[in-house]
Amino acid sequence: MTDKAVTAPPPKRGTTSLIYDPKARSIFFQVLTVVILVVVVMWIAHNVSSNLARSNTASGYGFLGGRSGFDVGQSLIAYSSDSTYGRAILVGLLNTLLIAATGIITATVVGFIIGIGRLSKNWLVAKLCTVYVEIFRNIPPLLVIFFWYSGVLAILPQPRDAIQGPLSTFLSNRGLTFPYPIWGEGASVIPIAFVIAVIGAIGFAVWQKKRQMATGKQLPTGWISAGIIIGLPLIAFLAVGAPLTFDYPVEGRFNLSGGGNIRPEFVALYLALSLYTAAFIAEIIRAGIKGVGKGQTEAAAALGLQPNKTTQLVVVPQAFRIIIPPLTSQYLNLTKNSSLGVAIGFPELFSTGSTTLNQTGQAIEMISIMLTIYLTISILTSLFMNWFNAKMALVER
Amino acid sequence: MKKTLLSAAIGAAVLGISSAASAATLDDVKAKGFVQCGVNTGLAGFAQPDASGAWKGFDVDYCRAVAAAVFGDATKVKYTPTTAQSRFTALQSGEVDILARNTTWTISRDTALGFNFRYVNYYDGQGFMVPKSLNVKSALELSGAAVCVQSGTTTELNLADYFKTNNLQYNPVVFEKLEEVNAAYQAGRCDVYTTDQSGLYATRLALSNPDDHVILPEIISKEPLAPAVRQGDDKWLDVVTWAGYALVQAEEFGITSANVDEMKNSTNPDIKRFLGTEADTKIGTDLGLKNDWAYNIVKNVGNYGEVFERNIGQGSPLKIARGLNALWSKGGLQYAPPVR
Repeated sequence: MTDKAVTAPPPKRGTTSLIYDPKARSIFFQVLTVVILVVVVMWIAHNVSSNLARSNTASGYGFLGGRSGFDVGQSLIAYSSDSTYGRAILVGLLNTLLIAATGIITATVVGFIIGIGRLSKNWLVAKLCTVYVEIFRNIPPLLVIFFWYSGVLAILPQPRDAIQGPLSTFLSNRGLTFPYPIWGEGASVIPIAFVIAVIGAIGFAVWQKKRQMATGKQLPTGWISAGIIIGLPLIAFLAVGAPLTFDYPVEGRFNLSGGGNIRPEFVALYLALSLYTAAFIAEIIRAGIKGVGKGQTEAAAALGLQPNKTTQLVVVPQAFRIIIPPLTSQYLNLTKNSSLGVAIGFPELFSTGSTTLNQTGQAIEMISIMLTIYLTISILTSLFMNWFNAKMALVER
Repeated sequence: MKKTLLSAAIGAAVLGISSAASAATLDDVKAKGFVQCGVNTGLAGFAQPDASGAWKGFDVDYCRAVAAAVFGDATKVKYTPTTAQSRFTALQSGEVDILARNTTWTISRDTALGFNFRYVNYYDGQGFMVPKSLNVKSALELSGAAVCVQSGTTTELNLADYFKTNNLQYNPVVFEKLEEVNAAYQAGRCDVYTTDQSGLYATRLALSNPDDHVILPEIISKEPLAPAVRQGDDKWLDVVTWAGYALVQAEEFGITSANVDEMKNSTNPDIKRFLGTEADTKIGTDLGLKNDWAYNIVKNVGNYGEVFERNIGQGSPLKIARGLNALWSKGGLQYAPPVR
């Protein structure tokens, strides 16, 4: 019997054996994939160049320096119809970053509260948080945006009947108008004082920690840091003679003129994206906390740690390691979803970009610019979150 | 072995592309059996699907006239609804054969965008609409107003120029789609609606209380609305241009869809040449069409006056006066070169 196995015919050389050789097969399919990819890319490139030649359109990126000729409703930098197309795209980019930054902060805070709320032992709180997550997670973001936008427009009054709030603020369907601060002479000291205060507060926290390690005594770090950060700029502000006046909104013929204004498009997009993404973040937080073994909490209790200290020192640091990677993709989602602002006329990158595309007809150039910008924002966000993740990761000794 | 496969595959791909890159739109249209026409997504009187889903309107009738000229059958049209944003890409990429979408003829669209315009089917100008309750009499009183406008249009550019020239402040509220602009104006998000005057009449009609809104007297721009085709295809440009001129010429001759068969027996040599009843005429075939091309247009679609009155004039809810769009012989600008 054993002889038979030994004298089994040797594997045939040639094509048959190659087909059954996993290594050869794997190489063949990899080469095939590359060939198909190369052909498709060449086909697309050739198609683009021949179609461009056929359509007699101008090409190149020279148009970016031309006068745009259109106005933009909301801009963080000086912009008029005399500015260039390039600046219009920059205005859109800054608005996208503004929505992304404010949205990410709010979504994280709300998501954290809802996520922890779902784990609460209080029945009502847990159920309310569950309802919130299930509602927002199961509605397309565009619909949420429209809901807020039409909601805002439908409920709020015309500017002539604006609701007057405290401190000369007005709320109407043109947005929230408020007194705009105008800084006078010497005001530049204040941000400098603020930076010094932040550095001071960090230094204090480091020193406090060292002191606690050495002596076991604790100081109320949070209160003292807050005092430094608020107090120092305030002293600087008073020292230079309070150089602050306000531009108050006044009723014009059509709108309130003067003052600062937060437009309803921004508010609708901000609320919609924050609350939509918060539902996903809540689930990620919940999963992260649930992912920390029960034994950890029990061990902490056995060591005599109080429940809130257990959460703070044992559960949350470990939960973070589970939370951060999926949190990154939610941040990226929020940033990318900001392009839905075009539907309600918020001038973000995609909106000013596609207006530029339409006014110049430079479709391929504009699409390539927008792709590159979104890709860059996303990759930078990913890189930062990867760095943060590596910092938080479990250090194994 | 693999090398030959690769080069064969690339060769096939390249061959496949080069055959697709031909420029003879008229031949393509004849081969596929219909005209692909880019129209508005929905502008009352110009292009809008009716209750049964059939497209109706002034621009739609122009597309039907081209189909009648090419096929002798005005129904051989397929419509592609395009937004202000998507219209140019649709034409450039070859998705549509003609763009008849109340599009203003400008020099940059003629040159940098690679289009050709020749026949203006509607002479328009940009205006403003405001709620009556604001008690505005002139556009010069509009400083500080919030203005609703559609993005990517000449309207958006004229608006910026007009307010800048007159030293007026405004707050632009810009949307990509016409429906969104209408909804925002209706909701009171802005005080003023601006677009071409024809569009204002059409939009006002769609508001819940048309009588509460007034169109201001100022016309701040020239907006010659013209069908566009891709550059570099003169034969197709000739066909779409003369299909438009045939509508105008028929009105000038007094030929209507009702009397066109009678007119075929006319002894007037101009009319005989126009309707293709002259012996040994080559006018239609030189255009790449049949000699009864103009007859088919009038028979199927009517003349310019009929098309105008039916869709946007006195026979429609819009009730727009002919104004600049009257025949040249009646003080307007509609003028067809001689068919000779």
